[in-house]
Amino acid sequence: MGKITGLLVILVAVFSVLLFVAQGLFFSSPLWFPQDISTHGPAIDAQFMRTLIVVAIAFTAAQVALGYAIFRFGRRGGERATYTHGSNKLEATWTIITAMVFVTLAVLGQRVWAQLHLNEAPPDAMKIEVVAQQFKWTFHYPGKDGIFGRTDPKFINDDVGNFVGLNPSDANATNLPEGTKLDPADIDPNAADDVQTGTLVIPRDRPVELTLRSKDVIHSFFVPVLRFKQDTVPGLAIKVHFTATKTGKFEIPCAELCGNRHYTMKGFLLVVPGEEYDQLIQLPQAEFTARMNALDQQYGGQQQSQSQ
Amino acid sequence: MAGVVQPIHDEAPHHHGPPTSFIRKYIFSIDHKVIGIQYWMLALFSVFVGMALSLLMRLQLGWPGQEFGFLKTLFPTAAADGTISGDLYLSLVTMHGTIMVFFVLTTAPQGGFGNYFLPIQIGAADMAFPVLNMLSFWVTFVALAVMIAAFFVSAPNVIGPLGGWTGYAPLSAIGEDIGPGQGTGVILWVTSIALFCIASLLGALNFITTMLNLRTKGMSLMRLPLTCWAWFTTAVLALLSFPVLLAGGILLLFDHLLGTSFFIPSGLYVSGKLLKDHSGGSPILWQHLFWFFGHPEVYIAILPGMGLTSHILSTFARKPVFGYRAMVYAIFAIGLLGFFVWGHHMFVSGMSPYSAIAFSLVTLTIGVPSAIKTFNWLGTLWGGQIRFTTPMLFALGFVSLFVSGGITGLFLGQTSIDIQLHDTYFVVGHFHLIMGVAAIFGMFAGTYFWFPKMFGKMMNETLGKIHFVITFIGVNAIFIPMHIMGMAGATRRYAFHYNPYTGEGLQYLSNIVGITRFVSYMAFITIAAQLIFVANLIWSWAKGRRAEINPWEATSLEWTVPSPPPHDNFGGHEPEVYRGPYEFSVPGAPKDYVMQTDPEPVGAHGD
Repeated sequence: MGKITGLLVILVAVFSVLLFVAQGLFFSSPLWFPQDISTHGPAIDAQFMRTLIVVAIAFTAAQVALGYAIFRFGRRGGERATYTHGSNKLEATWTIITAMVFVTLAVLGQRVWAQLHLNEAPPDAMKIEVVAQQFKWTFHYPGKDGIFGRTDPKFINDDVGNFVGLNPSDANATNLPEGTKLDPADIDPNAADDVQTGTLVIPRDRPVELTLRSKDVIHSFFVPVLRFKQDTVPGLAIKVHFTATKTGKFEIPCAELCGNRHYTMKGFLLVVPGEEYDQLIQLPQAEFTARMNALDQQYGGQQQSQSQ
Repeated sequence: MAGVVQPIHDEAPHHHGPPTSFIRKYIFSIDHKVIGIQYWMLALFSVFVGMALSLLMRLQLGWPGQEFGFLKTLFPTAAADGTISGDLYLSLVTMHGTIMVFFVLTTAPQGGFGNYFLPIQIGAADMAFPVLNMLSFWVTFVALAVMIAAFFVSAPNVIGPLGGWTGYAPLSAIGEDIGPGQGTGVILWVTSIALFCIASLLGALNFITTMLNLRTKGMSLMRLPLTCWAWFTTAVLALLSFPVLLAGGILLLFDHLLGTSFFIPSGLYVSGKLLKDHSGGSPILWQHLFWFFGHPEVYIAILPGMGLTSHILSTFARKPVFGYRAMVYAIFAIGLLGFFVWGHHMFVSGMSPYSAIAFSLVTLTIGVPSAIKTFNWLGTLWGGQIRFTTPMLFALGFVSLFVSGGITGLFLGQTSIDIQLHDTYFVVGHFHLIMGVAAIFGMFAGTYFWFPKMFGKMMNETLGKIHFVITFIGVNAIFIPMHIMGMAGATRRYAFHYNPYTGEGLQYLSNIVGITRFVSYMAFITIAAQLIFVANLIWSWAKGRRAEINPWEATSLEWTVPSPPPHDNFGGHEPEVYRGPYEFSVPGAPKDYVMQTDPEPVGAHGD
């Protein structure tokens, strides 16, 4: 049983490592991180690979040592085991070595994080507001004037497409929720040209700053190709920034359990060239949507657009 | 079900005599051995409930939206059409997680084995507070009943709360408005958890007092079996962490029942209407309270398994534990550091990014004492004369799984890498290996090791070995591929990622259908193999070979008393201890093990 178990431990370990390192050999479509289209992604992927090498070596060494000990030190006739209570020198050695390796990894692992989260977005970053709700993403653009209209939860009216609760821009607003009285102080002319969409359009190669909000419960804004994830928390406005480097259309799954149809909560990210973006964000709501759909045809590709 | 109680009390009277009525003997017993078996059976029941739920989840994940006739019978309202809806799936997720974490991982290793063996291993007649002990079991029992009730408060499409075992607010705080199952279901769910917290607190007080005050003559702290150190540290963790969860749970109940807003901010817009009667609460507060408990909880689940693994490896390698003191200090270090890492569950929660860095650094340092334990286990095996009994196989499996599950913490503990892997199947694979199956391997090892002492019968070794081989391969085949799925971007708690029948779902995950099904098949095989374990338990209990006093030739005190031990463990006399618990293969000793109670001066390291 000792020989079998020893081999079993080693074999299971070898298969586990192979599953990671030999994707291309075993799978027709390798399972790995999706492609990266962000400026910070390569650093995350590199840190992952560094950690993977450390882990693969430590994992293999530990499992093979365990398997070998099981294989080798089975009961041998009437012999007695070595009588020892340990060795302080060995304890000190492996404690110091692991501590050095782990702390080095821990320190290296903060670099991308610091770059993303401890720095402000560059001042020229494109600003877009993101509002999450059960089970939908809405993206809010400031429109031609470049100024976001004020929002207030009391103006939210999903039925007429005011998902973010944009304040009315004039006294004749017709999209107010039933029974809402219009206070003149609530009128905000800056809201007139604001745009709300279900697809996040961003320019290629320019920094983007998102402000993440939630209307109801916690959601999580996850774009695998951007190597980016951030929870959206009701009551908080969380600012994040990144830069995309490739055009295309990509899925935005919700990564935090948000209710019974959590698994259906999906938005799209559409990355377009900077010039296209500049023209697009000048447009009012209806034309914005039409132009966005055209850009989707042009840059979105077939593979991603069939869903939903 | 304590088996035959053999009263061997012809000496001095002891502090409580054996009860005679059936109810006082087996139901409301204050005997720590009966209570230990009650906890163990409660966990055994719960683990099969939890496993059955995971089986249904694997059916849905492998074959999303397909009709399974038996579901109509099982859940006539929640699955009237024989398919698993999004609601039902999330109830399964929530109940699987909650039942497994609380009623299996927290219950069996500590309440079960700890209760039964801590007093015997330290030479005591019972726990320090036997009545408190009985109360803590029965409160746990009520908590389980309430949890199962939460499962069946049925809205038409749902069978229970669906917020996951972490119950993040405000999803769990608003009530029915936010989704079915989130009203009465959550109230019962959190009531059950609050009861469980109280029971665990009572238990923790009992464990700590018992180990500090009731050690027999000669049982100095450094002569304690490592199991006792693990149970003690676990009890300290429980004492300090459960009150925080209890407080959080009570505040959540207030939000539901009294209209308070501890976790609910203002201006929420839910199901087409504005919630006007809440303001000022913080969803992040719940996460801090929950994980301040939740991370130590991981160690509450795994530490007893670590202690037991050390104990069993030494016993069957016939070698002293390598670095006993280092092992004790490593347990302390893990327990202590375990209180300063909860924030690594919250890197992307919206918490300050500076705190995230602090939590990340502490998280990776907790890997150091964990590595020390692994090295010392290997050191214990090295140069041994290993006897491959079933408990030994499961202890060896524990070491392997502890390495596999623990080492991926190096990825998740780094803020940068966690951005991508947080809330994906990488995390699911990681924590199932380490706190799920490694801890459960600890329980299997404990069951195979101590069954002879608890029930007076040997378990069947052939069945045990078959059970080990299938389970060891199976759990690796289930949970290792999940890491790959997580890297590909598969999010947690999804009723499906990509539905191959309809093309719905996440297109970038259309290539994980095959591996998802593979995991489901492996889960079915592994779950089926657990029936071998049950068959072995029942067969051995009824027909097994009679166990001698010390069938494993082990050295600690439980192996000096009959199997099963008499009512007050040592028949009225107090055992005296002369050495540490791992004196195997001592040069010059007549046998290859020296009992702790053996007064003969043999061996160089008797301290």
